[in-house]
Amino acid sequence: MSGDKLTVRGVNKIYSRDRDQIVLALEDASLSIQEGEFVSLIGPSGCGKSTLLDLVAGLTTPDSGEILLAGQSIVGQRGKVSYMPQSDVLFPWCTVVDNVIIPLRLQRVPLAEARAEARALLPTFGLEKFATSYPYMLSGGMKQRAAFLRTYLCKKDVMLLDEPFGKLDALTRMQMQGWLLDIWQRFKHSVLFVTHDVDEAILLSDRIFLMSSSPGRILVEMKIPLPRPRHPRMVTEKTFIELKRELMDWLETGVFGIAER
Amino acid sequence: MKSWRNIARGDWNTFLLPTSTLLGVLIIWEVVVKITAIEKWLLPAPSAILKALWSVKELIWQHSLQTMQETFLGLALAVVVGVTIATAIDWSETLKKAVYPLIIASQTIPIIAVAPLLIIWFGYGLLPKVLVVALVCFFPISVNLIDGYRLVEPDMLRLMSAMGAERWQIFRMVKLPAAMPFFFSGLRIAGTYSVMGAIIGEWLGASRGLGIFMTRSSQSFLTDRVFAIIIVITILSLAIFLLVEGLAKLTMPWHDQRK
Ligand SMILES: Nc1ncnc2c1ncn2[C@@H]1O[C@H](COP(=O)(O)OP(=O)(O)O)[C@@H](O)[C@H]1O
Ligand SMILES: [Mg+2]
Repeated sequence: MSGDKLTVRGVNKIYSRDRDQIVLALEDASLSIQEGEFVSLIGPSGCGKSTLLDLVAGLTTPDSGEILLAGQSIVGQRGKVSYMPQSDVLFPWCTVVDNVIIPLRLQRVPLAEARAEARALLPTFGLEKFATSYPYMLSGGMKQRAAFLRTYLCKKDVMLLDEPFGKLDALTRMQMQGWLLDIWQRFKHSVLFVTHDVDEAILLSDRIFLMSSSPGRILVEMKIPLPRPRHPRMVTEKTFIELKRELMDWLETGVFGIAER
Repeated sequence: MKSWRNIARGDWNTFLLPTSTLLGVLIIWEVVVKITAIEKWLLPAPSAILKALWSVKELIWQHSLQTMQETFLGLALAVVVGVTIATAIDWSETLKKAVYPLIIASQTIPIIAVAPLLIIWFGYGLLPKVLVVALVCFFPISVNLIDGYRLVEPDMLRLMSAMGAERWQIFRMVKLPAAMPFFFSGLRIAGTYSVMGAIIGEWLGASRGLGIFMTRSSQSFLTDRVFAIIIVITILSLAIFLLVEGLAKLTMPWHDQRK
């Protein structure tokens, strides 16, 4: 057994849309994440990225293959990893504090204790002024930060983030990337990060898995040897550009090439 | 951001326009009655109605208290029954299939036909009136709440599952609050029907209440008094409506500003 925190091995997932039409959402997908490693999953829309996260989160079960957390199978088991869905899914009837403490409430932490813990973390997440605001009062970036704090408070070693910045404008996204780098460098979770943004993937990750669609497959694994701590300004550096060129080559030959055929 | 003045003007218009329409109708009514010298027992002028209202205000107050009591007890019963039915139906798919069509079908039975049965079974006391109100009111509450539970955003349920929530936790923390606006739209409809339910119950036999007072007045051709009672019933219904609105604002501070 290797020292992987999370292992996905030979996973197949088939969705049946109608009676006769089936979608091979994932074919023989394998990847792994080490303790404290930041891993990105990049690929075009509909290639099965969310499906893979759903499988790890236990929301669906694979048709075949293994999913191991620290060597133990977690197939179909929920609540084993921290999961942040594609949209923020904040509850409009809860204030920011009450939204982020939901995972604590699920584990039966008393309300006052849970709120105190969340309040102590709000400054780190840039939300201290919005503790008692309702979600409709927040900007897109702040909503994502609240959703991220909620994910953080799930307190699991492995974090699954599904395109957390996908809907933000370019400038806010850049700001949020810098912020996520800070947070991650402080807490060192094992992260599986889904994105369709090449720059974002390179900037944040230790390793990148590139996916192609129909059927959803993992094409290639790329190491990102950029030094840490990282900063959003690194996207202009020479090493970064070289890595980006390499990833784009893979995209053009592997992903787009297959799509054309 | 909307300026204060805009909001104030909007409110002013929503209040002023219907009021002036009503005032116009009343003036025309008054004038027509005066010109045609139509008999008072046939159609009293608005001024005569107000006079009648003032002269029997003590009596009307006594009867209103009775009607209000029936209304509130009936509405409370309807909330308990309506919420219970909706929640049970949401909990079990089988129960839904077994009960839901019957609930819908039950609404085609005219309440006027059922009310005499209630009198036969439970006599002329408070209970049959409360039951009529509850029968009229549980339906909108139930049906709206069932929709509310059903239309919860699937993403919210998925997130809760992913975080390892149990079924009752999902119900308490997501389904219940998400369905609140639907519950209140049901309650709003129920509230406006509730006074009418009590009046119908009283028509069939009672010693006190606006319904029986109305029956007696019309049998004595005291038409101005009948109109006065109608005004009181309208005011009571409106008051209940406003009460529900206030309750909704109080319990859902987040709902107003959404979207
Ligand atoms: N619940 C489902 N039922 C049927 N098909 C699905 C379902 N979820 C996803 N799919 C299909 O599986 C493929 C992968 O979807 P998804 O994992 O959401 O892609 P991505 O997140 O990479 O955009 C798509 O073709 C999608 O239509
Ligand atoms: Mg997706």
